[in-house]
Amino acid sequence: MSAAPGAAGPVLRAESLVRSYKISRGMLRPPAELQALRGVSFGLDTGHTLAVVGESGCGKSTLARLVTMIEPPTSGRLLIDGHDPAEGPATRRRLREAVQIVFQDPYGSLNPRQKVASILGEPLLINRRMSAAERREAVAAMMAQVGLRPEQAQRYPHMFSGGQRQRVAVARALMLNPRIVVLDEPVSALDLSIQAQILNLLVELQDRYRLAYLFISHNLSVVRHFAEAVLVMYLGRVVEHGGREAVFASPQHPYTRALLSASPTADPARRGRRIKLVGELPSPLHPPPGCPFNPRCPLANERCRIETPPLQQLNGRLVACHAVEEGRAD
Amino acid sequence: MPAELTEAADGIKQPGPLLEFWHYFRENRGSVAGLVVICIVVLAAILADLIAPYGPAEQFREHFLAPPVWMEGGSWQFVLGTDAVGRDILSRIIHGSRFSLVIGLIVVSLSLAAGVVIGLVAGFFRGWTETMIMRLMDIILAMPSLLLAIVIVAILGPGLVNAMIAVAITYLPHYVRLTRASVIAETSRDYVVASRVAGAGLGRLMFVTVLPNCMAPLIVQATLGFSNAILDAAALGFLGLGAQPPTPEWGTMLADAREFVLRAWWVVTFPGLAILITVLAFNLMGDGLRDALDPKLKRS
Repeated sequence: MSAAPGAAGPVLRAESLVRSYKISRGMLRPPAELQALRGVSFGLDTGHTLAVVGESGCGKSTLARLVTMIEPPTSGRLLIDGHDPAEGPATRRRLREAVQIVFQDPYGSLNPRQKVASILGEPLLINRRMSAAERREAVAAMMAQVGLRPEQAQRYPHMFSGGQRQRVAVARALMLNPRIVVLDEPVSALDLSIQAQILNLLVELQDRYRLAYLFISHNLSVVRHFAEAVLVMYLGRVVEHGGREAVFASPQHPYTRALLSASPTADPARRGRRIKLVGELPSPLHPPPGCPFNPRCPLANERCRIETPPLQQLNGRLVACHAVEEGRAD
Repeated sequence: MPAELTEAADGIKQPGPLLEFWHYFRENRGSVAGLVVICIVVLAAILADLIAPYGPAEQFREHFLAPPVWMEGGSWQFVLGTDAVGRDILSRIIHGSRFSLVIGLIVVSLSLAAGVVIGLVAGFFRGWTETMIMRLMDIILAMPSLLLAIVIVAILGPGLVNAMIAVAITYLPHYVRLTRASVIAETSRDYVVASRVAGAGLGRLMFVTVLPNCMAPLIVQATLGFSNAILDAAALGFLGLGAQPPTPEWGTMLADAREFVLRAWWVVTFPGLAILITVLAFNLMGDGLRDALDPKLKRS
């Protein structure tokens, strides 16, 4: 399963992924439909990092659940390594080894009843035919890779600090030699000093194994240092998708601008132009007509309230905004 | 990373799991006392034929209702006295420990095994499966347990085995509800999702990933259930629906002796004390087991 050097095409492709949930509203009313994802498309290359940013409730976590095949998409297609997990259970089983996940909370993501050795050995036990000795060896090797000592294999998760736990979680994700790792806010539950250590570890491992990272975060300063490409989501849609430099240097979509202006910056020249968003994220049960951002957008006009803007190539990135398209944004 | 490597707790030898368990169990004095009493009861049950002075059904026709040794008229021949038909009470209590332990063991194993499986199914397959199971359990819970046990014994016929089945059924809902509640709480945690992403099948998720995390309340319930089972089986025996005379089951002994409560207090007191002490010992040990088995309560 190691990455073939020079493999062509993205290792992960999402094509208009839609995921909706039925919400029961009692016996007498028909169930409501909550669309958590409304057509999300992107590609991710081997060895690269794509950051997904947005407020809570924008569909980031749903995207993670689809990519890790915990849930199937309602419609749309997911291509991992050129294969669709919907092809059948055999394909799904094979692809499962290619995609793993690291969760936000290292206190909840490790089984408190298992020692580190069995937490790390479990993926091998399920998916590989290996003797116990081979497994132990593989676990020891992976522990060394993530900076844990061999004798820590016999400890329970509660004996570790948050940073060490997250190292264990990273190690578990890498046990099956995945091609893609979904990082669901991997450092936001950690102390600031530990965050840097874990991020450095992740960069190191990405270089060594040519991993593709889908990095879900709301911490823009981390994203800026970590990701090559940024996907900004709002209410289940992609509003802006482009390279890190393009998005951070000249954000186009008003929502991206607001997000960036809200994140603290050390550069005094950039300060003071803070765009305040008014109102709340609309309920995904009753999304506004037209552009999903129009009730909070300072640039919204009549067209924005009627017509949903398509995601199109503008100013060197993909943007879904009528104002940018019409040149009203500047 | 070097800072991380030199961090705390170096070079501790990892003791074996049993030794580790004992280390934590030992901290609770009460539970150790409970364990000692249980060991004595177990030994008495195993060695009953060797240590009991007489057989459980052996009658001494010239010694009806002989008082215990420390009372006037008592003798070392019958340390705890004799009952109304001249049987040695000490011997009967020692032999009775076999029945009580077997009753506790079988009732708890039956209801725990069935309850855990049903509870796991209810917790994993939500929807109508869960609704059906839980409403059925509610119906069982809605009836007073002893009354339900009496009904079941009435259907199956009196006897020790049927009494055990009846008591096991009445305790089933407790295990089902406990298991289901903890399963639902645990399945939403990330480590279950992580296991699923790693490819764990349903059986593995149920029994290897989730079940061990639900064990702490189940163990406490099981040890409490052990004592409750002994109590309920004794109650059924007392009502004449459990073990049949001349079986030296403690509850049946109480039933046989109830006419003599005022005349010869020892006939009811000693079997009653045997029940009390055994039940108390199991309850104390249950607390200690919970503390020792829950890694979250351990000091690292």
